[in-house]
Amino acid sequence: MGAFDFKVIVNALPLLWEGMQVTLLLTALGIIGGLTLGVVLAVMRLSRSRVLGFIAGAYVDLLRSLPLVLLIFWFYFLVPIAVGHPVGGFYSAVIGFILFEAAYFCEIIRSGIEGVRRGQVMAGLASGLTQAQCMRLVVLPQAVRAMTPVLLMQSINVFKSTSLVYVIGLRDFLTAADLIGGRDNRLTEMYILVAVVFFVICWTASQAVGLLERRMSSR
Amino acid sequence: MGSPIKTPIAFPTERTPLQRPEAKRMRYNWNWSVLFADPYIGWILTGLGWTVLVSLMAWIIGLALGSVIGTMRTLPSPVARAIGATYVEIFRNVPLLVQIFLFYFVLPELLPRDWGRWLKRDLPHPEFTMAVISLGLYTACRVAEQVRAGIGAAGRGQASAGLATGLTLTQVYRLILLPLAFRLTVPALTNEFLNVFKNSSLALTIGVLELTARTRAVADYTYQSIEAFAAASLIYASISFLIAFLMRRVEARARLPGTLGTGAR
Repeated sequence: MGAFDFKVIVNALPLLWEGMQVTLLLTALGIIGGLTLGVVLAVMRLSRSRVLGFIAGAYVDLLRSLPLVLLIFWFYFLVPIAVGHPVGGFYSAVIGFILFEAAYFCEIIRSGIEGVRRGQVMAGLASGLTQAQCMRLVVLPQAVRAMTPVLLMQSINVFKSTSLVYVIGLRDFLTAADLIGGRDNRLTEMYILVAVVFFVICWTASQAVGLLERRMSSR
Repeated sequence: MGSPIKTPIAFPTERTPLQRPEAKRMRYNWNWSVLFADPYIGWILTGLGWTVLVSLMAWIIGLALGSVIGTMRTLPSPVARAIGATYVEIFRNVPLLVQIFLFYFVLPELLPRDWGRWLKRDLPHPEFTMAVISLGLYTACRVAEQVRAGIGAAGRGQASAGLATGLTLTQVYRLILLPLAFRLTVPALTNEFLNVFKNSSLALTIGVLELTARTRAVADYTYQSIEAFAAASLIYASISFLIAFLMRRVEARARLPGTLGTGAR
């Protein structure tokens, strides 16, 4: 193993960029799908219906008690069986991510809404707002403000955790780097590069979220 | 747009079930008894053993180092604060899987030659050791944030009062801030322990035969993927629920009188 070889990295850039596109697509779909399903679950948990609340609660508790790797395996095997034909690792991974992240997004949304003080709702109702108006005009603006930074941090987590698709060989950024590193016998350069790229992206994003959080709370 | 890979790299076992046409065309034959058949039950149980061992050892490192780093981030010394913040930012912003690879594959290359050789050749259970170390260091950055938040929640007033009564800074931390901080962060630390427990599954990528790896092997060998993964899920979920249940009792005891029931806020 010689000195750090930048040429290996330059040569690998096209393949790495392809991998990064898979990573970004997985992240985007995971966030959009997870957030959508998370809202549904949060509404179920907060609804008056005991049954809906129980179903959503059980779902969230179960999913949050399982390792993501296990879930990725689950869907890697289950989705083709359920669909009846092979669908490729990508779709299985997307479904797995959406179902997994939904549980975490649900809890963030729920605690955001539950964090709004009861007095606010009482004051709203007392001043003549209907339930729906109260939710829309009083509770949600405050809840959204409280949960936005947390949702953004969780989105950064989704980005980081997409690297786990490595276990099913889906060619994301990390797996692409791994394959190239294995091929050229340059794993050191490749892994360090992956770490640096992830660090720069996640660090910048989390600093931005921190800035946003401070700006929102100072208003 | 990069297309999804068509030929999965085989990992961690050689065969990947998607390459078996009969496995996806059709009817799934249920056979739960396979889980209790001879080699497989043993695999699952030893897998569970490794999962527990990796989790506990990583937790010890994470809790000890995390407490130190979290405390450093609250000290008056700017140097200590900077070291703590740098540590947390580095470990928090790189995916855990990449960290595990760095420790297992890259670290031996970067160290002086003799050390690297020792790591590669003579270290007993290298994959287990490296998994524990990297999981522990990653957990430390998360524990550090909780401890820092706990010390912050304990309040500057407590520290000032302590110093005013003539305690040294060390005494203030040892006698006032840290005990308060730990009591305030029991729920958050429970959560972190559950995370370590789940994250230990990543050790399979470098060849630790823990629970997920073992159930995946059972799935591969028996073709009973659903049963195998269901067993793993049941084990992970019941242990998580058990820990959460036990820790709720500890939380009730640790709760500070006069604070809200929800813990660190």
